[in-house]
Amino acid sequence: MAVAVQLKGQRRVGMTGDEAVAYAVKQADVDVIAAYPITPQTIIVERLADYVHDGELNASYVPVESEHSALSACVGASLAGARVFTATSSQGLALMWEIMWIASAMRTTIVMALANRALSAPINIHCSHDDAYAVRDAGWIQFFAENVQEAYDLALMAFRVSEDKRVLFPSIVNLDGFILSHGLEPLNVLEDDTVRSFLPPKVPVNPVDPEKPMTYGPLALFDYYFEFKKAQAEAFKSVYPVILEVFREYEKISGRKYEPIKTYGLEDADVAVLILGSSAGTARYAARRLRSKGEKVGVVSLTLYRPFPVQELLAKLKGLKAIVAMDRSYSFGSPGAQLFMDVAAAFANESEKPLMINAIYGLGGRDLLPEHVEEAFMRAKEAAKSGKVEEREVWLGVR
Amino acid sequence: MSKLLTWRDLSAPVIAEAGNSVQYKTGSWRALKPIIDQSKCIKCLLCWFYCPEPAIIRHEDDRVEIDYDYCKGCGICANECPVKAIKMVEEEVG
Repeated sequence: MAVAVQLKGQRRVGMTGDEAVAYAVKQADVDVIAAYPITPQTIIVERLADYVHDGELNASYVPVESEHSALSACVGASLAGARVFTATSSQGLALMWEIMWIASAMRTTIVMALANRALSAPINIHCSHDDAYAVRDAGWIQFFAENVQEAYDLALMAFRVSEDKRVLFPSIVNLDGFILSHGLEPLNVLEDDTVRSFLPPKVPVNPVDPEKPMTYGPLALFDYYFEFKKAQAEAFKSVYPVILEVFREYEKISGRKYEPIKTYGLEDADVAVLILGSSAGTARYAARRLRSKGEKVGVVSLTLYRPFPVQELLAKLKGLKAIVAMDRSYSFGSPGAQLFMDVAAAFANESEKPLMINAIYGLGGRDLLPEHVEEAFMRAKEAAKSGKVEEREVWLGVR
Repeated sequence: MSKLLTWRDLSAPVIAEAGNSVQYKTGSWRALKPIIDQSKCIKCLLCWFYCPEPAIIRHEDDRVEIDYDYCKGCGICANECPVKAIKMVEEEVG
């Protein structure tokens, strides 16, 4: 039975993913936005520029000369105590890369929307997850939205998570370029007051203060760098429980339940696909079709990518005979693409593990069709049946 | 040398106490050591102007000395000295 969610005080609106993120950021009442336009993220910062210009958002909007400067400005603003937002895609994130690590190590609370786009060459403006994967090691929390509603919700939750004193790490909200960034969908938005009580003004830790000068990000060589990294690594381990807490609190105000991992059909599945982002819906559609024919297939999609929910994933995948990690990217010369490697590493010390296949799909915005997911399921089924994987790496739908 | 802290003592890389870089003695980086021949020195102060550290100590009477706690041995002073009063010599090993 479908339970009608209590939508007291929520409005049903139609927005693209970019617009929904910009709306969430406006409601989050950010203090500083520094960004440089790049497709398919541009509409986010255009809308925010409108909000600031029209007096709907009292924020400092810094139109910088590059993404490197954008993130640098964000680092300074965040350390000064501001609630900070930026958005980028692909090459733009690549230009931010140097500062990505600094933003995390200096414990800023920047929230970034990343409209996922393939990295050049060839030049492409459509969706791959190359950009998100390329900063997976930098110490940022990463969420993946499956639809426009999730992009909106996760943007709000990201501020709350990042600014929590037990966290103090920056966050990325991934939304698939064009598919979500430009796709118009209905969603429910919260009232401004509700958001304000969920996200009270940021209380900074060690803010930059001219009256009390401090050194931020000083030199630490072989005598201290190692200890700083260990401290950062340990601190990052405290992020996960806070995310669960924020998910639960957000459910209370929105009626929308969030979990690090979403599953479909796992209660009796023999095989499953694992996937990130907007394609999860396609995967579930394909699974539903197969399940109606009696096939025991399931779908696992990750809302939380960093920190990678290892224990929860192992618990959910327990008993599966074969799985297909679906990557919208490729890692040249690696033992597998990025999600495959994460999942394989999660299973490293398990005595019982499923056979694993790595499916590459959708690069540069190529549609993932239900038939492609069905092929992935069939390959997993064959592996489960024969007890071995014939082809570990498959490219779904490539000519 | 003060006792080294462990990772448990550290949080974000912030030094809350201002001006403590003076505690970081960079003289140990030196491979070549500048030696001033005071008998040749004309007190022109070019070494004092050019030293990037600054590790040239200027006295009241414009006599100069090297601050070996911070001198990294770059040799700029020796290069700039117009009367060749500064010689760069190998640091003693050990």
